Amino acid sequence: MSAGTNKIDVTVTDIVPLNDLVTRFKFERSDGELLPTFSGGAHTVVEMKDGEVSRLNPYSLMSDPNDRTAYTISVRRDEEGRGGSLFMHRNVKVGDRMTISYPVNLFALDLRAKKHLMIAGGIGITPFLSQIRQLDYANGHFELHYACRNRALGSYVDYLTSAHPNDVHIYFDEMKQAIDLENLLDGQPLGTHIYVCGPAGMINWVRDTAEKLGWPREAVHFEEFLAPQSGKPFQVELAASNKTIEVGEHQSLLEAIEAAGVDAPYLCRGGACGQCETNVVDYDGEILHRDHWLEDDEKQSGKKIMPCVSRFEGKILVLDR
Amino acid sequence: MTIQFNDETFRDDYTFRNSQWAIDRFPFPFHEDSYMYSVNMEQHQGGPAGSIFEKRFDVDEHYVSEMRDRALVLAEDPLRCQSLPHMTLAGWDLLELIMVSKSEDYPDLFELHRDGDRWHWINRPLGIDQKFTFMDEATLPYGPMEYITRQTQGDFAVLDQRDENLWMDAGIVTTQADWSLDFDIGMNFFEWHAPVPLAAEMGIFKRALKFLMNIQQGAPARRLNWTMTVNPRLDTSPENYHKWGPQKMTLTPENIGRKQHLRVELQTFFRLPRSNGLVFPIRCYLIALEDLVTVPKWGRRLHRVIRDLPEELAEYKGFTANRAMIVDYLSKFDDGLPTSDGIWPDKDTEPPLQV
Ligand code: HEM
Ligand code: FES
Repeated sequence: MSAGTNKIDVTVTDIVPLNDLVTRFKFERSDGELLPTFSGGAHTVVEMKDGEVSRLNPYSLMSDPNDRTAYTISVRRDEEGRGGSLFMHRNVKVGDRMTISYPVNLFALDLRAKKHLMIAGGIGITPFLSQIRQLDYANGHFELHYACRNRALGSYVDYLTSAHPNDVHIYFDEMKQAIDLENLLDGQPLGTHIYVCGPAGMINWVRDTAEKLGWPREAVHFEEFLAPQSGKPFQVELAASNKTIEVGEHQSLLEAIEAAGVDAPYLCRGGACGQCETNVVDYDGEILHRDHWLEDDEKQSGKKIMPCVSRFEGKILVLDR
Repeated sequence: MTIQFNDETFRDDYTFRNSQWAIDRFPFPFHEDSYMYSVNMEQHQGGPAGSIFEKRFDVDEHYVSEMRDRALVLAEDPLRCQSLPHMTLAGWDLLELIMVSKSEDYPDLFELHRDGDRWHWINRPLGIDQKFTFMDEATLPYGPMEYITRQTQGDFAVLDQRDENLWMDAGIVTTQADWSLDFDIGMNFFEWHAPVPLAAEMGIFKRALKFLMNIQQGAPARRLNWTMTVNPRLDTSPENYHKWGPQKMTLTPENIGRKQHLRVELQTFFRLPRSNGLVFPIRCYLIALEDLVTVPKWGRRLHRVIRDLPEELAEYKGFTANRAMIVDYLSKFDDGLPTSDGIWPDKDTEPPLQV
């Protein structure tokens, strides 16, 4: 069962360029009904029909979870990527109909926390925007530390600092401002939970530092969507459906399986949720694991692959799909 | 159809009865002539008209009396309903899910009017007319979970999802097959399932948990589970074992058809939107063996299932002592003819009992 089975037809009702890199999109239901409520940190998978190719990319919902009239997402333009974000920036216009998935949350607040310590890098700010709204309703206690390149690229810096002057701390890389992480973590009250969303380097830095300082694993939450990366084309045999398919340079393995008409499960399409885990029946070559889901020994075993982000180089790859 | 609500008891004089309508729609849990644990889950997106699978929260002729029985249990033992402090938001999620579902699915019985946060709920069968403010606990006589589940058949476990597990951090449990919320509260999926034989070794719980954690908003799932209960008692709890355990000794070959009940649980799973929690309603259906065997296919099949059930399962389900007597009784309704696939009664196509 793929989570994509629950979809919503929406219309793009607003597009706001925030700065050189980031543009905000607003979706409302095309049938005029209300959208589902969601929980802070949830994402939606947006389907893009780019000519022959269809792409499904996850984006964090950043609007107020209680506002059922519209969802908003922010998309950072990625020149090197496979084109999903470029498509959103260049081709999507106000009035376009699009399909999005029901909200899915892989980055939920731990509602037991006495305090929520949020650490964001760059576009990783977006899930925190809806989490902060959720905490506003419940009088939840949070503190946000947000690092970005400079003021011009700091999406939502002005909004956050004016709405929450005491709880928001901004760091501009170009001014050599950096989060003093060890001190920050050291000074937290008992019952604090850490949330981090941003580039891989930042996530690893926060997780490693927290571990070194003795934070329990379950008090450290992170979300990193990996965009599937381009790579050399390769061929795959789908044993269960008896098909041989080609995975194109700018296509993910999951997209190629779907394009062949084979139903494959997924939720995040970013190597985080585990839903797309697929058994490898046989291979001769190298599986390029890029997910956060499989354990190291599972990756080495060559028996599993996460087709939403991982690729293959070599002679034969046979999957149980 | 409009439902005629029974006036009946699930204790003392046990006046509980199933009408012909209730017998015909009983959720018989065996799709083949044998039974073993499995990850038997499917989408909960409706079902055949009139079946117990059709609506999100099935309401039947036992509704009013079941709610009266729940109130009695809670009055004696308030710990049957518990909610840890961080679960209040999930309680509101559940209240919304049930009120919206019931008012849409049974508009003649339930009405919900919403004007922003000002809600108006009308429950005709129970004679309730309540205006309240959504998300403001002070405007309801109970917390949101307790308020709505005092008006909804079945037990409810409300699970928090975190740290790659589900945690039983809230619930209301008064119609259970011998387990205790007060004991399980705060436990995770593997901890509360620890007493179950064989299933863990079969890898069932690992796979089931993975499935549950990925259940999405708008895509609920369901499964059936079953056991055996002597007398139509809803509250077969460990807390009250002294009241119902000894009743197992009262079975005789003469009264078994009337006293011995097959107990089936329709278990459903819904993602809760605001809290990202999961709710697990466990709805109990009871049927006396003498009513069940009026469906020839069910009589044949239940005999084979109970006769061939692995001993560990009979032991866990608590009917080892009466198993021989049950099999003996059921054997009279098994003529050895083959049975059709699936759980449905197939009354028009399955032959009557050959004697
Ligand atoms: C989150 C949802 C669930 C909750 C809250 C739950 C709760 C429970 C509880 C409290 C028991 C009784 C354990 C005892 O003896 O103390 C039980 C039994 C059991 N559960 Fe679950 N369960 C859930 C989901 C599942 C799922 C998805 C499966 C599997 C496929 C499953 C399989 C079983 C089995 C096989 C038993 C033994 C039942 C019997 O033989 O009568 N459970 N469960
Ligand atoms: S779809 Fe989530 S890990 Fe692949």
